[in-house]
Amino acid sequence: MSPLSRDQLARVVAADIPANSYANLGIGMPTGVAKFLRPEQGVTLHSENGILGMTALPEGQTPDVDLINASRELVTLTPGASICDHVVSFSMMRGGHIDVTILGGFQVSVEGDLANWDTGVAGAIPAVGGAMDLVAGAKQVFVMMQHTDRDGQSKLVTECTYPLTGKAVVAKVYTDLAILEVKHDRFVVRGMIAGMTFEQLQAVTAAPLEMAVDCHTIEV
Amino acid sequence: MNKIVQSLSEAVDGIADGSTLLLGGFGSSGVPLELMQALLDTGVTDLTVVSNSAGGGPMGLSQLIEAGKVRKLICSYARSLNAKTPTAAAFEKRYRAGQIELELVPQGTMAERLRAAGAGMGPFFTPTAYGTRLAEGKETRVINGRGFVLEEPLHADVAFVKAHLADPLGNLTYRYAGRNFAPVMCMAAKLTVAQVDRVLAVGDIEPEQVMTPSIFVQRVVECEHVPIIP
Repeated sequence: MSPLSRDQLARVVAADIPANSYANLGIGMPTGVAKFLRPEQGVTLHSENGILGMTALPEGQTPDVDLINASRELVTLTPGASICDHVVSFSMMRGGHIDVTILGGFQVSVEGDLANWDTGVAGAIPAVGGAMDLVAGAKQVFVMMQHTDRDGQSKLVTECTYPLTGKAVVAKVYTDLAILEVKHDRFVVRGMIAGMTFEQLQAVTAAPLEMAVDCHTIEV
Repeated sequence: MNKIVQSLSEAVDGIADGSTLLLGGFGSSGVPLELMQALLDTGVTDLTVVSNSAGGGPMGLSQLIEAGKVRKLICSYARSLNAKTPTAAAFEKRYRAGQIELELVPQGTMAERLRAAGAGMGPFFTPTAYGTRLAEGKETRVINGRGFVLEEPLHADVAFVKAHLADPLGNLTYRYAGRNFAPVMCMAAKLTVAQVDRVLAVGDIEPEQVMTPSIFVQRVVECEHVPIIP
C-alpha cells in the first residue's frame, strides 16, 4: 500500500472536476491539478489575478511576465480567454459564478469547516489571499491535502484547532489516502488507495468515518 | 490638459509623510517598481501601504520596508509564497521585531473596500470572513439566514500603478494580468500616479480600449520598466 504522490493525487482530483465547469485552483498543491485536465473536459480555469481561460505554459513557449497564476507561475491563455481587474475577478468568486474551487488545507472538520491560512503558531505570519472569498462564494469547495501533517497528526478532525477560513464550506476532501465526503458529524469514505482497509484509514483519522456502500479503490 | 510629467522624481513629488499609499501589482505583473524606488529617494516616511502582498522580492516594497518608511501594511498575503526564495523577507523581519503594523484583509474584501471608496459608497456587508478571526471586532449581521461582516471603504491619498499605454489626458491600458488592482486603486486615491511603458497622442487609444478613464489619473510618467521574472 503506498500513498498517492502529489501528481497521482492531482490526476484523481482533475478527473473529478465536472465537465464544462469554471474552476479555480488554489495556490500550492491544487495548482498541480491543471496539467492533468483533459481538453475534452472543457474546464475553464480562473485565476484570482483576473484571468479566465488559462493553462500551464507549454515547454518551449516564450513566457510573458504579465501572464501568471495565483501561485505566480507562468501560464498561457487558452482560446477565448478574457482578462479583467480584481473587482470583477473577485465578483466571479464571491458572487457564486465559480463552479468549483480546489483549495489546500491545514485542517478540515466533519462539519466542513476549513482552516488553511494561519497555523496560529507564535511567530507564524498569516496569509489569507483569496481563500476566504472563494469559500464564501464558489458553488463547491473541494480540499486537496495530505491526510496527516508532518508530525503524523490527522488533518481531518472533529473540530479545527487552527483559525478558520470558513465555516461549513467544504463538500469533499481528497487526500493521499482517500476521497471523503463531508457529512455533518462524520466523513463518508468514497474511495481508498489500493491495499488500504477501512480500519487502517480510521486509525489515522481523528474524526468518525463511514464507509460508502459503493466505496471504490482509487485508480492511479 | 497634459498630465505627463518628465521624470520619476517629479512623479512622486509632494507626497506627505503619513500618507496612505496604494500599490498596484500582483506577483511579478503590474508592479510600479520604478515609482517605489523614486519614492525611496525622497524623505517621505510613516506610510500606510496597501498592497496585495508584503513584497515581491528584494526590490520595490521590500526596499521601502527595509528603509523604515512603512509604518503599517494592509495586505492579503503577508508571508513569502515560497520559503526557499522569500519574497517578503524585509517585511517578515520588521514584523517579527514588532516594527511594523499589519492589517490582514481577504483579497476580495480589499478590492471591494477600494471600490467602495472610489465609488462613493459607505460601509458594506460581505459574506467573506464571516465566522473567522478576521471578522473579530467588526459588526456582523445575519440577513436572510446568511452571515455578513461590515467592512469600511478604504480611501487613500496616493496610488502608484503600472500601466502599458497612456495618453496625455491620463487614459490608461494595461497588459494582460498586469491590470489586477490598478483600475480600482486609481479610483480610490486622491492622487493617482501611473508609470507607463509608452505615451501615445490624444486619440491614439481607441475609446473602447481605455481601461482606466482619464478622470481617475492625475500624473503619468513614461519610463522603461525592468520586468521582474517570477
